[in-house]
Amino acid sequence: MRPLAVIEQRLDALATLPALDPAVAAELLALGEEVLAHWVTAKGLDPTHEAREGFRLLALHRQGCTDEPSFNACRETCRELVYHYNLVNLEPRHPDTVQRLRMMTLVANHLFLFVAGKLQVRELGDFCCASRPLREAAAPPDPA
Amino acid sequence: MSGTREKYQKVAYYPGCALEGTAHSYNRSTQAVGKALGLDLVEVKNWNCCGAMEVKNVDPKLQTYLSSRVMSIAATEMKMDVVMAPCNGCYHNLKKAEYDLSHDPKSVEVVDRLSKKAGHATYRAGQVETIHALDWIKHGIGEEGLKERLRGTLKGLKVANYYGCMYTRPRHIFPEKDQGPGSESTSKPHYMDDLLAVAGAENVEFPLKTACCGGAHTLSDSDTSTKLVLNIIRAAEASGAEVIATECPTCHSGLEMHQVRAEKKFGQATRVKIVYFTQLLGMALGLSPKQVGIHENISDSLGFFKEKGIA
Repeated sequence: MRPLAVIEQRLDALATLPALDPAVAAELLALGEEVLAHWVTAKGLDPTHEAREGFRLLALHRQGCTDEPSFNACRETCRELVYHYNLVNLEPRHPDTVQRLRMMTLVANHLFLFVAGKLQVRELGDFCCASRPLREAAAPPDPA
Repeated sequence: MSGTREKYQKVAYYPGCALEGTAHSYNRSTQAVGKALGLDLVEVKNWNCCGAMEVKNVDPKLQTYLSSRVMSIAATEMKMDVVMAPCNGCYHNLKKAEYDLSHDPKSVEVVDRLSKKAGHATYRAGQVETIHALDWIKHGIGEEGLKERLRGTLKGLKVANYYGCMYTRPRHIFPEKDQGPGSESTSKPHYMDDLLAVAGAENVEFPLKTACCGGAHTLSDSDTSTKLVLNIIRAAEASGAEVIATECPTCHSGLEMHQVRAEKKFGQATRVKIVYFTQLLGMALGLSPKQVGIHENISDSLGFFKEKGIA
C-alpha cells in the first residue's frame, strides 16, 4: 500500500495527461482500492481481498462503512468508479473513451479527497449522520 | 398520481433558517416559481430550527423534537397534510424525525414529554407528509403541466445537476424513493434533471451528483472543503456544463464560496455558474432575473444568462 501522498501525485499526473490509454481504467480502480485500504487500515482492520458484485472496491467500501454510516457519503463515488471502469472495458474503442477516462480520473480523485479528508477530520461527511463518535463518547441525559 | 397532485396544490412551506439568510435567492425563487405555477405555499406559523446538525450533535432526540414541532404546527394548527422543505438539511431532519417517531418508542416518549412542556400538541408519525421542493414541482404540477406554463426556454444551456448528500441519505428515511418508475432514485437522483430537461436544458452526464462537498467542515477544515468543491466543479466543466444547478443551500453556498477561494488560495480559476434549480425554472417560466434573485447569489451570472438569451 503506497502512501496517500504518492497516490495523490499519481492522480494529479493522470489528470494532466492530454490523452489516456484504456488501460488506465484498471489503474484508477486499483488506486481507489488503495485509498479505501488506507481507511480500513486506519480503523484497525485488515483490508478485505474479497469482492462484492465482482469488485474489491465495493467490498472495501462496505468494510469501511462498518460502524461508520457517514462513510456512505462516498458510496455513489465508488459505484461511479466501477461504472466508468465497466464502460471503458466493455468498449475500449468507443469514441467517448478518453472523455470517460477523464471523468473516471475526477471520480477517483474525489474518492481520494474524501477519504484523505476523513482521515484528518473523522467527522467529514457526518452532516447526514451527525457526529456519531461524539454521541457515543458522551451520551447526554434525556432533555427536560 | 392525481391524488398526490391535488394534495400538493397547497402545502405548508417550511423555509428554514438558511433560506432567510445566505440562501435568500432560493427562498425568493421557490416562492416565485410556486406563484407562476399556481401552487400555493402557506408558511408554517412560528416555525423553529429543525435542529440542523448542531443540535443533532449534542442530542439527537432534541433534534427529533424540534423537527416534530414544525410538523405538529402544520398538522394541528394549520390543518395541512403536506410540509414542503426546500432546504436539504430541513427536509432530511424532518424525514429523520418522522422515521424515528415511527420506529423508536424512546423518541416518541421524549417528543411527547417536551411537547407537553412546551404547550403544543404532540406530533404523531404520519400526520403530515414531508416533501422536497423537487417533489412538490415534479408531482404537484407534473412535467406536462410545467411544459404548458413555460414562457421561455433553457435551450442551449448545458447543466450539471448537483443534489448533494442529504437528499438521498440515509436511504431508510426515504421509503418513497427507489420505488420503480416515476419515483426518485437514491443512487442516481433525477428529478432535477427531469424538470430542467422539460424547460429545455441539456443535462450533461455528471458522475458526482451526490458526492460530498465537505459542507459541514467549510469553516473548520476549509482546505478539504475547497478541494472537494473544486473537484466537483472541475468534473462539471469536464462534462461540458456551463451551469451547476443546486437544490441545497449548504451545497450551493459552499460551491459558490469555495469557487472563489480555490482561485485565491490555489490559483485554480473556474467559470461554471452556480444557481438554484428554481432560479433556472423561474427564468424559463418568464420571470426576470431579479424576481428569481440572481442578484442575490455570490457570483455574478446575469451577463451570462443575458448572453444565452435566457434572462
